[in-house]
Amino acid sequence: MPITVALERSADDARPFIEAAAPTHPSLIDTGHRVAELYHITNVPTMLWIDEQGRICRPHDSQFGTDTFAEVTKKLSAPYLEMIRDWVRTGAGALDAEDVRRLQPAPSEESELARAERALGWYLHQRGSESAARVHLERAGRLAPLDWTIRRGSLPILGENPFGPAFFEMAAEGKPEYALEALTPTHAPDTGDG
Amino acid sequence: MNRPFRLIDQGRVIETEAIVRDGAVVLPGGPAVLGWEWKDEGLCRGDICIPVRDADALRADGGVDLAALARTLGRPLAVDPAEGAAALAEAPADRSARLASRAAPDFTLPDLAGKMHSLSDHVGKKVLLVVYASW
Repeated sequence: MPITVALERSADDARPFIEAAAPTHPSLIDTGHRVAELYHITNVPTMLWIDEQGRICRPHDSQFGTDTFAEVTKKLSAPYLEMIRDWVRTGAGALDAEDVRRLQPAPSEESELARAERALGWYLHQRGSESAARVHLERAGRLAPLDWTIRRGSLPILGENPFGPAFFEMAAEGKPEYALEALTPTHAPDTGDG
Repeated sequence: MNRPFRLIDQGRVIETEAIVRDGAVVLPGGPAVLGWEWKDEGLCRGDICIPVRDADALRADGGVDLAALARTLGRPLAVDPAEGAAALAEAPADRSARLASRAAPDFTLPDLAGKMHSLSDHVGKKVLLVVYASW
């Protein structure tokens, strides 16, 4: 069962993507970034696997469902999607408890203070207190510079382009990387099974 | 003098009152605003008690100093006294412990039609959680 969660400012911002996908699975909107907070997500897209007992069995992996951005990311979707199919069929690919713990990113004082600053900034923005919102959103970005759900996700809230110069400056400082990325075979050769 | 104050606690907005003086925020409602109460053992909520060595640093004007309360609870605090609002993060140790337990935290969010869905609706199935954005 896929569950997709959009970290957007409103249902309207998520609407074009959800309607284009016409999903039969739950496709949810998370304006408060609750899932980012609960799962310690620092960049999107990310996928994680939850087993039948409600346990995380494969933590964050920066993977893509399509090859739209493959030129830029150098990641192909097919190998990961094949892994997911194998997992659904046979359970293969699920990691043991020790590996899940080891490969999961760990929250820190700074990362969680950044989340509090973002939550406050978001609340103030919704209330129309824009200059106060900016103070807290910018502070959040300084506290967790490699949390792009905060730093990049705040750009549209601040009226800036998340694909523009502010983003390029951010990217030049370094990109958030989940530990699993190095282990997932997204550059596997084409198996030719179409 | 009491003024309205909003506490954002893990996605929930708590409407309360505060006295703001010299940048410090005091909640006349005391720790009860966050569901804690004073007992002999310290600050308690349900089965959990946190020993408090220096209660005087917490208590203020018959209520509780918000920053001192947040520190005692181990919860990072973002505060804007002038705007009458603050947000509390979860204690990093608690969040780490929960993630280390591998229990997938439950959440309840709306779809485009406004219908609410919870992760816990799907226990018993494998769930692929995909988080994405337009940015």
